[in-house]
Amino acid sequence: MKVLYPFLAVIAFILIALVGVRIPGGQNLLGIVLPYLAILAFTGGFVLKVLGWARSPVPFRIPTTCGQAVSLPWIKQNKLDCPSTFWGVTGRMLLEVLLFRSLFRNTKASIHKGPQLAYGSSKWLWLVGLTFHYSFLVIVIRHMRLFTNPMPAFLHALEFGDGILQVGAPQIYITDLLLVGALLFLFARRLVLSEVRIISLANDYFPLFLILGIGITGILMRYFIRVDVVSIKQLAVGLVTFSPVIVGDIGPLFFVHLFLVCLLLIYFPFSKLMHLGGVFLSPTRNLANNSRMKRHINPWNDPNIKPHSYAAYEDEFREFMVEAGIPVEKELAQPVAEEAAAPAAEVAPAEG
Amino acid sequence: MYDLGKIIPGLIVFVGLVSFPIWYNGGNAGDIPKPEKPVNAKECVAATQYMRTTHMQMLNIWRDDVVREDGARKGATVSGTEYQRSLQNGCMKCHTSKKKFCDACHVYTAVTPYCWDCHIAPQETN
Repeated sequence: MKVLYPFLAVIAFILIALVGVRIPGGQNLLGIVLPYLAILAFTGGFVLKVLGWARSPVPFRIPTTCGQAVSLPWIKQNKLDCPSTFWGVTGRMLLEVLLFRSLFRNTKASIHKGPQLAYGSSKWLWLVGLTFHYSFLVIVIRHMRLFTNPMPAFLHALEFGDGILQVGAPQIYITDLLLVGALLFLFARRLVLSEVRIISLANDYFPLFLILGIGITGILMRYFIRVDVVSIKQLAVGLVTFSPVIVGDIGPLFFVHLFLVCLLLIYFPFSKLMHLGGVFLSPTRNLANNSRMKRHINPWNDPNIKPHSYAAYEDEFREFMVEAGIPVEKELAQPVAEEAAAPAAEVAPAEG
Repeated sequence: MYDLGKIIPGLIVFVGLVSFPIWYNGGNAGDIPKPEKPVNAKECVAATQYMRTTHMQMLNIWRDDVVREDGARKGATVSGTEYQRSLQNGCMKCHTSKKKFCDACHVYTAVTPYCWDCHIAPQETN
């Protein structure tokens, strides 16, 4: 069910788009109105989500320490895995954001004869995750050729590099193959590994299917069921210059592709995909482990509530404590009244 | 709100990146390509819409067929007009100008086909 429902949902969305294109006005709705709504929902939702996180105080240092913390001068600190300075944290964050370092640390436990428990390095998730994210990034940047007129020069280099295999016309993009391959791996991983399958939810499968749908419709359009690129660019440039027009016969497949992209954009801020923003705001990664050098004061502390030491506490309640038989560090200056001393004496031997 | 000194610049960068095509184009959609139509021919080797979308795949098939598989050099349209399955001697016979025909859309959609790595573009007559 967790796999089937998201799959059926994506199929249903594809059918909705295919029907929508044929309804009068449907092309304007799918091609102009929805993209504007989607980009507003994406940008607005993203900003609101991040501001919502900004509202949560992080009073204490809670970095995951994966190495030796700063200590005595003759003990070598692991500056990246337990950073105590701004630059250490910056290095850690750069490696995390650009190279997915915490996935690189992924280990796999296995039981051998004996029985012996062994931990081995497991790099596949890291490798495929990195491939997927960078392919997706290149694909998104490449699409800017449809949104900019004239196209900025650096995109030519990207286009050239991605199509360097020069297979067929239009040339095969390496990232197209990598993206679909990586998505299929990530999907298979959730199905095959029982320990991952049991923690996988519908909202883990849905984005996989959605992005796979986007990738497949895009690949179909480029290599198999061709669509009119000039009309598509006219629409895309029109959208970003606020003068959108749908001219010519674009082809229904393009609207399916666009509809799925819009859904992804709308879904993005409300889903696990927000790790795009969240990775920068993870307190377990972006805080320096400097609790022993710097005092971090809880921002919601009431300034009217003063610190209350145990000595002061005992001063305040000494009489009652002695009366109840609770041991005190400093005895009363003068003995308590006769009637109160009797029960206290009864307790004392029991304690001894 | 906490750490706004870092979060607000981060969000500004994010919105700047997302809105890149908007500020890059600056509200100017630019010119729509108008490929020059040949004066001495009435029909192309296939229907206009097919040629608009799929000409590159057709040229690829021609190349594989004629150059690599020893296929027929001659082709015929639906109405029986014969043509050369060739870029220089077929397409460019009617569409005489690379600049005014091919490049019009290719520059607009920012595609750089590698046809001219091997083929010699016809001389432009102005």
